[in-house]
Amino acid sequence: MLATAVIMFREVLEAALIIAIVLGASRGITGRGRWISAGIGLGLLGASIVAILANVASSEFSGNGQAILNAVILLGAVAMLTWHNVWMSAHSRQLSSELKAVGKDVQSGQRPLAALLVITMVAVMREGSEAVLFLWAIATGGGQGLNMVMGGLGGVVAGIMVGLLLYIGLLRIPVRHFFSITSWLILLLASGLAAQAAGFLNQIGLLPSLGNGVWNTADILNQSSLLGQLLHILVGYIARPSGIQIVFYIGTFLTILILMRAYGGNNRQVRAAGNPA
Amino acid sequence: MKHLLLAALLLPIVAHADEYRLTIKDHKFQPAEFTIPSGTRIKLKVANQDGIPVEFESTDLSREVIVPGQGEVTIYIGPLSHGSYRFFNDFNRDMQGVIVAQPAVGKEN
Repeated sequence: MLATAVIMFREVLEAALIIAIVLGASRGITGRGRWISAGIGLGLLGASIVAILANVASSEFSGNGQAILNAVILLGAVAMLTWHNVWMSAHSRQLSSELKAVGKDVQSGQRPLAALLVITMVAVMREGSEAVLFLWAIATGGGQGLNMVMGGLGGVVAGIMVGLLLYIGLLRIPVRHFFSITSWLILLLASGLAAQAAGFLNQIGLLPSLGNGVWNTADILNQSSLLGQLLHILVGYIARPSGIQIVFYIGTFLTILILMRAYGGNNRQVRAAGNPA
Repeated sequence: MKHLLLAALLLPIVAHADEYRLTIKDHKFQPAEFTIPSGTRIKLKVANQDGIPVEFESTDLSREVIVPGQGEVTIYIGPLSHGSYRFFNDFNRDMQGVIVAQPAVGKEN
């Protein structure tokens, strides 16, 4: 029962943390709740479909099919996180001043709501499909099925709790620093997801590995440990990265950073103009 | 020998990969440890003879593939440098194994 709980916890954790960060980062954007909820719903639906497909399709193609799907999902998330961050860097001044004033929502056009939907959807879909498969397998496994399903649900609740804690923690950050911290979190998150995508693209032979295990820090911090996994999700920690993963990580990091600077621009002017209310 | 090596280098990545088999039975990887040549890409066929799905995962190799119950998937691995690479079942972490990559015999001369 405990083993089941731990497995489900691990599966849920990634989605929970990503949603917590996105929820925090989109603070003050009108309509985000509805779009993120829709993303979670669609993600669960997608996860069930993927779980069924993964369990049916067994062939030469299935290993590659899964890798392609994962790569597409991850790169989609990276693109949406980029859009979100660039939009935020252009609007964060407005957002934080309105949050300071009355906590009023921002209504300006072209809000990255679709990005919020897609990010939550793919986050839930990716790990959710594994969770669904796993729960389904133990539920139909007979024997102590019910006991294990209960454990699994406990793990799900624990994973959501950790996400909630992160979200509450984020909200305690003073408004002044809030959006710069969340945009850094998203920057690191997106870079890590891009590195994961590179791993999947290498798996199907679309990219060279450029060296397996450029370095190995598994002895210092095992990626399978809880801390290792947390850092893997949040900042893209990989104990034994391949060259192509490092290239993707740095490339994504710099690309988003440059875009943010290009569209955010006048931060210094903002600080000078802002009065200490 | 030299020509052979040259030809091997010129081959497209996926075109020619030696095939290795890994069987999952009674919640164990069989063999739990096996050796592959370093420096070449290989094709690993993972056959799950148990009724429940397994997630073949390796943080050392950045691989993560679901193997359905009574199913089989193909995973491409490498080219690896000399060393050992652990893998496990993410749905049951007591199930573990190791891939050892070594220079192929005959290429040393």
